[in-house]
Amino acid sequence: MRIAFTTKGTDWNSPMDPRFGRTAFFLIYDEEKDELIHFDNSATEGAAHGAGPKAAQKLFELKATVLITGNGPGGNAGTVLEQVGVKSYVGAGEMNVQEAYKAYKNNELKAF
Amino acid sequence: MRISIASGKGGTGKTTLSTNLSAFLAEGSEVVLADLDVEEPNSGLFIRGDLISTEHKYKMVPEWKEDACTLCGLCQKVCNFNAVIRLANQILVFPQLCHGCYACSELCPTESLPMIPQKMGQLSLYKRGNLNFVESRLDVGEEQAVPLISQTIDYIDQHFPEAKYKIFDAPPGTSCPVIEATKDSDFVILITEPTPFGLHDLKLAVETIRSLNKPFGIVINRDGLGNDDVIEYCTKQNISILAKIPNSRKIAELYSQGELLYHQIPEMAQALKEIENYLSKLVIQELA
Repeated sequence: MRIAFTTKGTDWNSPMDPRFGRTAFFLIYDEEKDELIHFDNSATEGAAHGAGPKAAQKLFELKATVLITGNGPGGNAGTVLEQVGVKSYVGAGEMNVQEAYKAYKNNELKAF
Repeated sequence: MRISIASGKGGTGKTTLSTNLSAFLAEGSEVVLADLDVEEPNSGLFIRGDLISTEHKYKMVPEWKEDACTLCGLCQKVCNFNAVIRLANQILVFPQLCHGCYACSELCPTESLPMIPQKMGQLSLYKRGNLNFVESRLDVGEEQAVPLISQTIDYIDQHFPEAKYKIFDAPPGTSCPVIEATKDSDFVILITEPTPFGLHDLKLAVETIRSLNKPFGIVINRDGLGNDDVIEYCTKQNISILAKIPNSRKIAELYSQGELLYHQIPEMAQALKEIENYLSKLVIQELA
């Protein structure tokens, strides 16, 4: 499973970013390889429109199958995520990445 | 002559001035008033005329045809608005994000993204004496105001080439819809209120209109409220103050009932007269 987190930093202790499309980073944790990579999403700061679908497309390229975030994606992004089969979990906006992962594993996050 | 009435800050009196000025000028010449705040048009609350016609308005958006598509991704690459997204085995189009630039459609090597019309709103024409009122209304859920604003201005140019005054009630703010509603005008009236908020947004509006190289002047609404900072700013910046509309409870009451003001508020009639005089001089200069 490749799990994507919306985050404000690049390691396990980083705070989560509650936003989806305009999150500062995506952290991707590959459970099989036990490997954590990050993608800098700050380029979307300048995008007036369409940050959501763009970010969702990026998750597809990064081969994520689960998304853990705060507020949850909007309608357009939701459409893309559904098409590419990424399952979203919300409510982790106030946690750090480690806590968010634990909460996901313990089924404490809400499916979006 | 095309005159746009804009403001920067919302709720400072664009519609009050647009509707009253249009009705006032229409007592002497043919006038077209267009409500270009297509996301939330409200001039029609104050101008009640006979409905002459209504038509649907369309914008062109790409539609994906999968047969010949090779999923090369050029469409996604050229879209500045993320309205076209390439996935593993399909292209997704988000019509609400599309600005109708045709880039994806024109550049597609397999012609898999033909442009098709999609309804975005409607335009209605009303008439009351010399006053022609055009109201465009964007459909709920549509995000792009610019194409409808642009088509509304085209409609007015086609149908009313002879009108002496074309008054455009612009949207608030300083973003794309405001640019579209002012960029082809001969003159812009910026209406503001003498408060710190009003001044802050007036400065942004002035900066915007100056970068469009448009002649403009200021009308102060709710004069008597707040402080003198707006007047000081205009003096320092060498900006003409065309007129002032007083801060008055009676005006607020009439407004809340959807009434025009100048028949009952002498100061309003006076302000409109001053604006008319100023505009007449511009018309003469234009002819000279």
